[in-house]
Amino acid sequence: MLEKMKEIISEQLSVDADTITENSNFKDDLAADSLDLFELVMALEDEYSVEIPAEDLQNLLTVGEVMNYLKEKGVE
Amino acid sequence: MSKMRTRITELLGVEYPIIQGGMAWVAEHHLAAAVSEAGGLGLIGGANAPGEVVREEIRKARKLTDKPFGVNVMLMSPYADDVAKVIVEEGIRVVTTGAGNPEKYMDIWKAAGVKVIPVVASVALARRMERHGADAVVAEGCESGGHIGEQTTMTLVPQVVDAVEIPVIAAGGIGDGRGIAAAFMLGAEAVQIGTRFVVSKEAVVHENYKQRIIKAKDIDSAVTGRSHGHPIRCLRNEMTREYVKMEAEGKSFEELEYMTLGALRRAVQEGDVARGTVMAGQIAGLISKEQTCKEMVEEMMDQAKTLMKWD
Repeated sequence: MLEKMKEIISEQLSVDADTITENSNFKDDLAADSLDLFELVMALEDEYSVEIPAEDLQNLLTVGEVMNYLKEKGVE
Repeated sequence: MSKMRTRITELLGVEYPIIQGGMAWVAEHHLAAAVSEAGGLGLIGGANAPGEVVREEIRKARKLTDKPFGVNVMLMSPYADDVAKVIVEEGIRVVTTGAGNPEKYMDIWKAAGVKVIPVVASVALARRMERHGADAVVAEGCESGGHIGEQTTMTLVPQVVDAVEIPVIAAGGIGDGRGIAAAFMLGAEAVQIGTRFVVSKEAVVHENYKQRIIKAKDIDSAVTGRSHGHPIRCLRNEMTREYVKMEAEGKSFEELEYMTLGALRRAVQEGDVARGTVMAGQIAGLISKEQTCKEMVEEMMDQAKTLMKWD
């Protein structure tokens, strides 16, 4: 899953996939602003066929947190 | 003058495809009622006001017009939850939202039959709002006054139009019939106008503020706050020059914020156009006179119709 996540994040945020780790913080490490994050969330919803409500979004600060979140939603 | 029907005029039950921006401190009940009376959709700007203040504004506007008007909810407001409830309780039919993502209010608004029109600054946000049941979106380019995104109206509107099925309202940089016609060419089905209505006779705004907009030149627009990710467009003055200088010096968000605390209210109500925040869009340079909202709407629609060869 990390590899796929890296691919999506790297494409959406235009950052080098090799610099992305589970600990990467979207705002601090990947310099994503709020519009970037919506871009990313829409891509994740499409890729994994899940719904990520706004109130959950504010707790998802790192790549690892998003992966855990998706796993809890039943994503393999 | 004949009517001009689009999905937006049908949705909102208005005569003309013009909605008024939900400008903080400016969009109070006199302006909202006047724009609605003129055949557009007036809006009361919730801004940072408590729910009960917004309720009073709604009731006062109802005394001035029987036509539909809406409320703009500023989602970063500490009172956004209250305002969202007041809208339902007062039977408001149209809501626009700014400065964030209105998802959490969608259910209560949709259940009450409120038409929800989020203001968006990107394609992804527009798609997301459509997915969550928005009835339309306002695609707002960075020509507009106040809080802005990065894309221009010219680039954002056609991309949003292509990305969503719901109708799109163009905003940012529109101040006359040419702007309306151009927005329609980009695929918009209505426009949102802010700055021009600030100088309307009905707007309860300090004369200094109106005159500052009327006298503004094309190059008088400034953006503060880019350094901390909350850019605001206003007309340049003593405050903006100092602000931009302090930003270049790397001053903290807190120091910068302190300088603009209450600065919009000072400009709008007290007429302090030197140290206050004179929010206005880039189109301010085009705006040359005070008129009634009705004169403005009819003049703009006449010009747009001639250009578009509408009947």
